[in-house]
Amino acid sequence: MTYFPEEVVEHIFSFLPSHSDRNTVSLVCKVWFPKLRVLTVKGKPHFADFNLVPPDWGGYAAPWIEAAARGCVGLEELRMKRMVVSDEGLELLARSFPRFKALVLISCEGFSTEGLADIASHCKFLRELDLQENDVEDRGPRWLSCFPDSCTSLVSLNFACIKGEVDSASLERLVAKSPNLRSLRLNRAVSVDTLSKILMHTPNLEDLGTGNLTDEFQTESYLRLTNALEKCKMLKSLSGFWDASPVCVPFIYPLCHQLTGLNLSYTPTLDYSDLTRMISRCVKLQRLWVLDCISDKGLQVVASSCKDLQELRVFPSDFYVAGYSAVTEEGLVAISSGCPKLSSLLYFCHQMTNDALITIAKNCPNFIRFRLCILEPRKPDAMTNQPLDEGFGAIVRECKGLRRLSISGLLTDKVFMYIGKYAKHLEMLSIAFAGDSDDGMMHVLNGCKNLRKLEIRDSPFGDGALLGNVAKYETMRSLWMSSCNVTLKGCEILASKMPMLNVEIMNELDGSSEMEENPGDFSKVEKLYVYRTTAGARGDAPNFVKIL
Amino acid sequence: MSTSSTNSAASPAVSGLDYDDTALTLALPGSSSTDPAAADRKRAHADHDHDNNKQLQPPSPKARAVGWPPVRAYRRNALREEAAAAGCKLVKVAVDGAPYLRKVDLAAHDGYAPLLRALHAMFASCLAFVRGAEDGVLARLVDSATGAEYVPTYEDKDGDWMLVGDVPFKMFVDSCKRIRLMKSSEAVNLSPRSSSQ
Repeated sequence: MTYFPEEVVEHIFSFLPSHSDRNTVSLVCKVWFPKLRVLTVKGKPHFADFNLVPPDWGGYAAPWIEAAARGCVGLEELRMKRMVVSDEGLELLARSFPRFKALVLISCEGFSTEGLADIASHCKFLRELDLQENDVEDRGPRWLSCFPDSCTSLVSLNFACIKGEVDSASLERLVAKSPNLRSLRLNRAVSVDTLSKILMHTPNLEDLGTGNLTDEFQTESYLRLTNALEKCKMLKSLSGFWDASPVCVPFIYPLCHQLTGLNLSYTPTLDYSDLTRMISRCVKLQRLWVLDCISDKGLQVVASSCKDLQELRVFPSDFYVAGYSAVTEEGLVAISSGCPKLSSLLYFCHQMTNDALITIAKNCPNFIRFRLCILEPRKPDAMTNQPLDEGFGAIVRECKGLRRLSISGLLTDKVFMYIGKYAKHLEMLSIAFAGDSDDGMMHVLNGCKNLRKLEIRDSPFGDGALLGNVAKYETMRSLWMSSCNVTLKGCEILASKMPMLNVEIMNELDGSSEMEENPGDFSKVEKLYVYRTTAGARGDAPNFVKIL
Repeated sequence: MSTSSTNSAASPAVSGLDYDDTALTLALPGSSSTDPAAADRKRAHADHDHDNNKQLQPPSPKARAVGWPPVRAYRRNALREEAAAAGCKLVKVAVDGAPYLRKVDLAAHDGYAPLLRALHAMFASCLAFVRGAEDGVLARLVDSATGAEYVPTYEDKDGDWMLVGDVPFKMFVDSCKRIRLMKSSEAVNLSPRSSSQ
């Protein structure tokens, strides 16, 4: 490409209609790097969310920030997910990019409120500070006071994951001088009174995450809150509800009719009747996140009230594997029959049946994301004791646009035969405690043409499957296998056949000495992570990671 | 939510609860493939003639699975903090013969009956819930394999072991420190049950 003038290259690229194609192209175009405005980086494998990746594995943000500070000072937006970010990194970020506008950190760790203080102090044009579910060390509320008076550009501020106290006066001042604020998500420390005061300054607010809504507050506080909420005519999305007492529910009623998004999934204190009183009024709801306390009966209320529902997530309130969940296949069947626009689902329940899944597939052929988690591993159809192959088979057959799928329950190789045969647009597949033999994994590798991410745990797939279609991995972003049957030898063969891949193995049991031993080792590999690379092995791997 | 609570004691007896299964191995509840109580967890209205001895597929993992269910640590921690803040009352529950204890939130239940249903659900692999008491209020907990009856007891603030059900529920929630499902053969020394509820 270096022999084409830049204008020609850019003209050619302008014919690329799709965002993701342009992104792909930009990654290999050195000429473009200095002009980079928006950078999105994802670090650890997805299963790191569930503690399957040991700490110190990697995913450090510092090298990225340093490289950007050297090479593209026009950077305006940085989005990072599952990375380790330090306060020093945040300070460097704050000082290096004069036009910096937006920082989005999702499921990151390693930094404290002091790093946020630097961001607040130095990013004069900050529009967006969005901290989603990060593990942030609390070093006091000072950071919120660090926004200079001249900073009036905030559009989005989300600090719901900050664990400590905030200074209410600073918060009120900040909101009062931010006329463009559209999205504001507070943390648990913010009281009802502070919330009411803040809302008097945010007539354009579209998305609100409340502070705590305990019933320690007097009714007058709640009346003030209702008045303040009524001023927010544009408010469409509500979350937070930390420690929410049932007493607070009626005070939210005036808002319900305009809500398109509602997240009650952090509120175990509201039971089925509180939840349904609220949700039955939310007739425009498109996105709902709840806990399974809502129960099947509550989901029936959702089904009859929320006809525009597109995304539903039902999380478990009890994390014990065979714990009691008030939600079963019946709730999901009701939803599917009442909400035909449903396209995105995450559903934790304690039982499922093939019949239910077949019905759901017929009712909702528009699924793009379907993630079902039956709490007990390998649990069969609750009525027939059969595997759930047919049920999931129906899902992939009917939902022709399916891009993401997570399966659970008792499953044989047959379900993978269906997935390989029908899930032609599938991009991400998550497998746990499923399958009988290498055939299962082979069906997926051979059949799913658009597969990008495959993550597997506790399933009987071994070297035969791993090595059965090695060229496939070059078309994929990554493969994760843990507690399967792949051996060191199999991984070594993969690494030697595919030099463009990094084959990382992790053995918890201080495997460094064991792994050096004999190249013909048939010992099982506990964790395997395979991904494409143009730069060879990474230099920051800890000693429990071996890159073959 | 109606997990089956009305299976009669006449459900097919499998060859006795194998007490090797209750030795200290870390098995998931309901993990044994010949577990008769797996049938108990089906819907109460399922009147089909199930073959309760049908062999299930490959045996479940023996150890508790790390990172399962797949819920982010952030969410787990947040919910745990909220439970603590909401003044929930988590107490340990022990069952004679079971390999591990559970915890139940007393504040999450309205009365004795829902609490006992929840205890049944937790220990469904070891016990079957039988509705059999004369006043029909406090149904008994029976091991369907051996027929042994279990009596819910609790340790109160004074350190005494009491029979569950004698005092008003809220008073019980306040004074209960932990619960033990005791084999009724051992429960002879506890205070007599009153019929008032």
